[in-house]
Amino acid sequence: MASLREIKTRITSTKKTKQITKAMEMVSASKLNRAQSNAQSYEPYTEKIRDVVASIASSNTDASHPMLEERPVKKTAYVMIFSDSGLAGGYNANLLRDFMNQVEERHNSTDEYGVLVLGRIGRDLLKKRNIPILGEITGLPDQPSFTDIKEVTRQAVDLFAEEEVDRLYIWYNHFVSPIQQDVTETQLLPLTELAEENNVKQSYEYEPSAEAILEQLLPQYAESLIYGALLDAKASEFAARMTAMSAATDNADGLIDDLTLSYNRARQAAITQEISEIVGGAAALE
Amino acid sequence: MPTMNVNVVTPDGTVFDGDVDMVSVRAQSGELGILPGHIPLVAPLSVESVRLKKGSATDILAVSGGFVEVRPDRVTILAEAAEKPEDIDVERAQEAKRRAEERLQRAKQDDIDFKRAQLALRRANTRLKVAKN
Repeated sequence: MASLREIKTRITSTKKTKQITKAMEMVSASKLNRAQSNAQSYEPYTEKIRDVVASIASSNTDASHPMLEERPVKKTAYVMIFSDSGLAGGYNANLLRDFMNQVEERHNSTDEYGVLVLGRIGRDLLKKRNIPILGEITGLPDQPSFTDIKEVTRQAVDLFAEEEVDRLYIWYNHFVSPIQQDVTETQLLPLTELAEENNVKQSYEYEPSAEAILEQLLPQYAESLIYGALLDAKASEFAARMTAMSAATDNADGLIDDLTLSYNRARQAAITQEISEIVGGAAALE
Repeated sequence: MPTMNVNVVTPDGTVFDGDVDMVSVRAQSGELGILPGHIPLVAPLSVESVRLKKGSATDILAVSGGFVEVRPDRVTILAEAAEKPEDIDVERAQEAKRRAEERLQRAKQDDIDFKRAQLALRRANTRLKVAKN
């Protein structure tokens, strides 16, 4: 059995760890609130762009754009959103595992795909597995702005526009509720489903022309989708971290209880032993 | 006099939402004045100020990277960034202007950096102009 002092030290250090996890839990909870309201205020923007793009794409027969058309797939690019710091439970691990499974099914060699990665943890994980990385952004703020990820969104859309890749997917943890986040894969480009949508709400005049507008709007739409996914993923990250930290705090509580119990037992045993030694000593003198 | 509802939406949320008499924007093909009852129209905007007229008052916004969607009773401006005069950081805009001018002198005409600097300069100028009003 461990000595009294050893147990005491363990109790103190567990208590300190608990304070930290508790604090991180509360910080994540407040960040989650912010992230959720960010994601909400962003919604109208994507919806509006989507409306306009869909109505142009579906109403106009002669306006076409490479981003709306399927072409034979030689190379695929994936945009993956990880977190920059750990301690978020299975947030990064789940994403990576699902991705690796899919990649093994879809591709025979590393020449057939590449990854644009957001987040330091993800970059390190992918590097270790020798996944080709086309671009990366690390050290994103907790409340990222549109300009923070401009570089990657631009790069992703350019890769497709210049026909270096023929299909673009985005992988991230979709926020369902504070205790549930689902790994999601969405096809970004080409935007085939948009062209198939047939609920034309409004037909527009185009100034200067439908083609010119698609030219500007489609990249903007694709970029906005990536940004929307990032906001969603940020909310998931804080939710995952909050859950993980709350579990850690609970575990610390349990551990402290167990340790206190064995501490008291050890203390009691020491006292009992001392008494019996004294009694034994006195008996020997008689 | 009829009015129309105007919405200015950016990735960071709605910047303006209200009823106005007239909207003036600079589309890429030229200046555009929109009154209530306009036919449905979509046009990309150049980096410029947007003027929203209501009675004798005019609200002015600095808008970049956006387009306008017009319906008879509603106008929506979608932009990557839109700011009211009081939200503009004048010092930052001046700093951006200085940097852009510096870069314009260094970069070559057909360089992508040159175009970027040109755009940055236009954004900064628009912000400064709007902030002054």
